Amino acid sequence: MNLFDFEAGREGYYGQYGGAFVPEIITSTIKELRDCFQECLQDPGFWTEFEQLMHEYSGRPTPVTYLANLSKKLGGAQIYVKREDLNHTGSHKINNVMGQGLLAKRLGKPRVIAETGAGQHGFATATMAAKFGFECKIYMGEVDVLRQRPNVFWMENLGAEVVAVKDGQRTLKDAINECMRDWVANMDTTHYVLGTACGPHPFPEIVSYFQSIIGKEANKQIQAQAGRLPDRVYACVGGGSNAMGIFQGFLDDEEVELIGCEAGGTGTGIGHHAARLAYPDASVGVAQGYKTLFLQDADGNMLETESVAAGLDYIGVSPILAYLAEQGRVRFAAATNDEVTEALRLVMATEGLIPALESTHAYARAIAEAPAMAKDEIILINQSGRGDKDIFTVADALDDDHWKSFIRAKAIEYGS
Amino acid sequence: MDPKATIAQGKQTKSPLVMTHVVCGYPSFEANLKELEIMNDFGVDFVELQFPFSEPSADGPLFVKANQVSLEQGTTVADCFDFMRQVTARFDFKVLMMGYYNTVFKMGHARFVQQLKDAGGYGYILPDLPIEEAGELHALSKAEGLTPIMLMTPTNSDERLAQLAAVAAGFVYVVARKGVTGSKTQMSNEVALFLSRCRKFTDLPLGVGFGVSAKEDIDFIREHGDIAIIGTAALKAWEAGGEESLRDFFDQLGIQSFG
Repeated sequence: MNLFDFEAGREGYYGQYGGAFVPEIITSTIKELRDCFQECLQDPGFWTEFEQLMHEYSGRPTPVTYLANLSKKLGGAQIYVKREDLNHTGSHKINNVMGQGLLAKRLGKPRVIAETGAGQHGFATATMAAKFGFECKIYMGEVDVLRQRPNVFWMENLGAEVVAVKDGQRTLKDAINECMRDWVANMDTTHYVLGTACGPHPFPEIVSYFQSIIGKEANKQIQAQAGRLPDRVYACVGGGSNAMGIFQGFLDDEEVELIGCEAGGTGTGIGHHAARLAYPDASVGVAQGYKTLFLQDADGNMLETESVAAGLDYIGVSPILAYLAEQGRVRFAAATNDEVTEALRLVMATEGLIPALESTHAYARAIAEAPAMAKDEIILINQSGRGDKDIFTVADALDDDHWKSFIRAKAIEYGS
Repeated sequence: MDPKATIAQGKQTKSPLVMTHVVCGYPSFEANLKELEIMNDFGVDFVELQFPFSEPSADGPLFVKANQVSLEQGTTVADCFDFMRQVTARFDFKVLMMGYYNTVFKMGHARFVQQLKDAGGYGYILPDLPIEEAGELHALSKAEGLTPIMLMTPTNSDERLAQLAAVAAGFVYVVARKGVTGSKTQMSNEVALFLSRCRKFTDLPLGVGFGVSAKEDIDFIREHGDIAIIGTAALKAWEAGGEESLRDFFDQLGIQSFG
């Protein structure tokens, strides 16, 4: 399946989804980016340069780990995990960011901007900017700044300016709007490093291209380690970049079922979750530069979303995933905040792994489904990021007394 | 009347023409009506009624706040069309729907065009709908005598300006600078050169917007363009002191009142 072989006049469309709905002022910049990316695609050395960079800088290839204890405890399918958490900066976000850094260099732009939800994309972008010598500004919803403080700390100390966005819902979507506002003013000097497989064409394609490194590696690794392809692949879906990354490695293997795991929040019902495909509340719309399924009201205004995981707390979804869902190629399911907290406890206790709250959504679905599968069946989970960034949120969710008294002591120390 | 004729007629009595802007339901529809009465007294020729949207990514901070507050107060698309109906019945200036494409997309093109026509609208401005995506909506609009206003921007190539000119109708909205609505624009030689570049591609009147806020800007547009487009600056004046400061604002712009 070649998702990116567009029909004439339908460039950037995946079925009915995608496109580029951007203000006239930015059309020439979008064209410049499209042309630059096409050149890279045609340059046989480009992917090798990217792979080499990821090898040296981020420790790729990331391993696949067999979870013997968890598999045994659940008593069903054998569970393997692709360890994107072992990348430098702790998540898969670095793949796309380093790739776009190479694009920014080719474009000759000395400044980069990025939106961030959980902060992993912002953190990765700040790292890339430091390495490549770019000026860097990160837009982050005020709500997310509060719940992902450790990432803000690192971004600022890596030399990026972090702007807390106070408009709207003060989360990821509002940070994206603010990036667009910066970009339409500063496009001559600035590349917008969009962090997920959303936004106007060519962003969904660019992000999917760089993230495809996950699936390329994983396909070979799982065959080498488990002796065959997995039966099911689970990935969490906010915008959809890590899911697009791992799914692309298995799209043509029809026997592999692909499962996108969305934020079930506090449960079904409008405003309680961020599940665009697993729940029936989203409808087709056009916002933030592209057409997809959005959680919106009858007038087309976006609804509130809710998730314990900042990185999944988003109104839209990759147009490519909306298309693959419509085609029946990807099944969507949601995990609630409570299911995620339980899954995290279990994974930490049985395997000593600390997945990010986002990635734990993929675990939660796999854990729910594995027991009903046969012992010779194989599950592959994409652990898109590591969870130590979530220490404040997790400590709250687990109501950890030792942590709370530590924070109280620290507060007294800083206050004096 | 044919819009081009209206514009030609307007130019005989005063120059340049003026287009102003209100965000529907912000601070309230009652306040909107008072703003429009003042704008009417100062003889404005066009008014954009912005239908609030939750993701106004082409707008600057003041309009972002206006969109958000209006929606929080419960403004719906139906309210905006009702308001437009009242406005077009009462005033002579031409009224345009301004907003984001999702508002139109969710209604459906045909229903949007019908409701805009029924409300007495002249046309619409949708800054996030590029010409590549606008074919069907434009065809429906033209069949119903509605005018889609195209934007020309300083980053456009000559080739792109020609494409925009080919589908433009009514007048052209020339964006004076990069960025979003609301910040000051230095009406420089650069803007004048851009206007003459636009002029090469279209005979339609050129409206100049983004950052128009002072008498010098109006004088500049009188010399180099046809329509002064005043957005954020008027709302700023209203926020500073309601009716009185809005009147003062139009006074200091030197817009002749033909009320």
